[in-house]
Amino acid sequence: MIKLEQIHRDFQVGDQVVHALDDINLEINQGEYLSVMGPSGSGKSTLLNLIGMLDHPTSGRYYLNGKDVTELDELEEAQTRNTNIGFVFQAFHLVPRLTAAENIELPLILAGISPEERKPKVENALELMHLTDRAHHKPEQLSGGQRQRVAIARATIMEPSVILADEPTGNLDQKSGHDVIKTLESLNQKDMTLIVVTHDQALGDRSHRAIRMVDGRIEQDIKNSGRHDTNQ
Amino acid sequence: MQIRDFLRLTGTSILAHKLRSFLTMLGIAVGIAAVVLLTSIGEGIHKFVLAEFTQFGTTLVAINPGKTTTMGMSMGVFGTVRPLSIEDAEALKKLPFAKSVVGFVQGNAEIEGNNRSRRTTVYGTGHGFPVAFSMPVRSGRFLPPDDPVAPRAFAVLGSKVKSELFGNVNPLGKLIRIGGDRYRVIGVMESKGQVLGFDLDDTVYIPLARGLELFNREGLVEIDVMYYEGTNVDQVVTGIKRVLMARHGREDFTITTQQQMLDVLGSILDILTIAVGAIGGISLLVGGIGIITIMTISVNERTSEIGLMRALGARNSQILSLFLGEAVVLSAIGGIAGMILGIGIGQLLAVALPALPVHTPWTFVVLAESVAVFIGLAAGVIPAMHAASLDPVEALRAE
Repeated sequence: MIKLEQIHRDFQVGDQVVHALDDINLEINQGEYLSVMGPSGSGKSTLLNLIGMLDHPTSGRYYLNGKDVTELDELEEAQTRNTNIGFVFQAFHLVPRLTAAENIELPLILAGISPEERKPKVENALELMHLTDRAHHKPEQLSGGQRQRVAIARATIMEPSVILADEPTGNLDQKSGHDVIKTLESLNQKDMTLIVVTHDQALGDRSHRAIRMVDGRIEQDIKNSGRHDTNQ
Repeated sequence: MQIRDFLRLTGTSILAHKLRSFLTMLGIAVGIAAVVLLTSIGEGIHKFVLAEFTQFGTTLVAINPGKTTTMGMSMGVFGTVRPLSIEDAEALKKLPFAKSVVGFVQGNAEIEGNNRSRRTTVYGTGHGFPVAFSMPVRSGRFLPPDDPVAPRAFAVLGSKVKSELFGNVNPLGKLIRIGGDRYRVIGVMESKGQVLGFDLDDTVYIPLARGLELFNREGLVEIDVMYYEGTNVDQVVTGIKRVLMARHGREDFTITTQQQMLDVLGSILDILTIAVGAIGGISLLVGGIGIITIMTISVNERTSEIGLMRALGARNSQILSLFLGEAVVLSAIGGIAGMILGIGIGQLLAVALPALPVHTPWTFVVLAESVAVFIGLAAGVIPAMHAASLDPVEALRAE
């Protein structure tokens, strides 16, 4: 469960202070499927980075699974990111010199898990993403859709409670994008909270709950009546 | 993170840029090779020079006239120095531990013989010289134990003087002129080669008393006492002191044992080795700058990767150690390559130029490798700290 209380995030740009997030109050339950939409510069990405603990609020409180994470030190923060949060980026962010399997392995390596324990987990994740025959390919040998599925496998290998996806289909053609969304939605079915930042209205419409941001504020927070059909 | 994973991640990033990594390692390798090679030559010369000196034997004590002292007022009559005389040398011969006592006077004179002439070094010395300095006679005999004050006019030639003046003619029994006086050649020395630039074969030996006369000197340059092996050096020094002080009335001479000479020489040669090693160190420094450059480029290129690692839960310290590890691995491998290169060139030199002494002590090798690792650490620390301090949001945005 995610709870944001009176979150402000200010940036100093030249001699001007920009309010990227302006008094955000938001509660997201475990297993929710949330989309964040809005024009460029409305604070969507800042909100996502803040939830992912890559960024810190100027003021306000952030509770993750009941714990105030604004108080954590660098080490605890890194650990929380490692175990509780999975990131999926528009640009995939795969390490080019590592194979698909090695990229998926990274969070496990950082957590200090032994190769023997890692092996079955990585194999399982590859199978789930239909990438078993691509395990030893470098990112440059994979298609866009496959790359993003590797990134999703990496984001979920630690079984986090939250998946944060920033424009996950932005660099993909329609079919691959659709596949990626289906994959993310299937993870949401397994009770992972899914937060997607997107420009794509069609994508926003599939979520259970849609937030619309303008100038660092939440303008609209609506529950979508028509739940998406995962079989489509 | 486990050690093997750490090494694997470091290894893949080094292998990702093979040429670049190779060139960086080469910089360190050349530096380490230079240090190893130059210090090896320095150590080789050190050993070589000491061996040259100890070939005369280590049981030698040298006595020179004059005492190095500073006084608060004019020393007046007490400051005068009595020269070392032939009689002093004779008195020292009576000491029980004295195996051989040799007085010395040295100068340059014109030698004429067999219708040729040559200007060369002339030593005035005594019967004990070949024993004290391990310099054997090749043919004939050395100066006989004549009356030290009025010896006969005999001369012994160094091998080079012999071949220059007489060629293949047997000089024994021939007459030569030294500074106008006639001498009979009674022996030729074995060839000894050069020591520190002095050609020991380009010499003529004449009796001490005649040498003093020839060079118009009132005292000896030096008296060397060779003592029996197994005698305590301090005992030898006090014995000599007692005899000479009884004769001179005070200590107006300086006693130097061979050990002291070797110590002084050793410390001079140590400085030589350090100086030469420092010159090699400059190229090592340049190699270190190469690592800083490459690591800075590497951090800049991989900014978004650093952001990603942070997003995946990497701690600052993990990012720091990954980049530091890369720098250390680069320099450590470069260091090992440099050591092999340095020792290899050293061995080649030893084969190609047998005259050039080369000696690589293992402590230098270990030291050189530690220096390489240290340089890696020092060079990597600034880029690695920069990597660890990047803001993950900014880093992820970099493309």
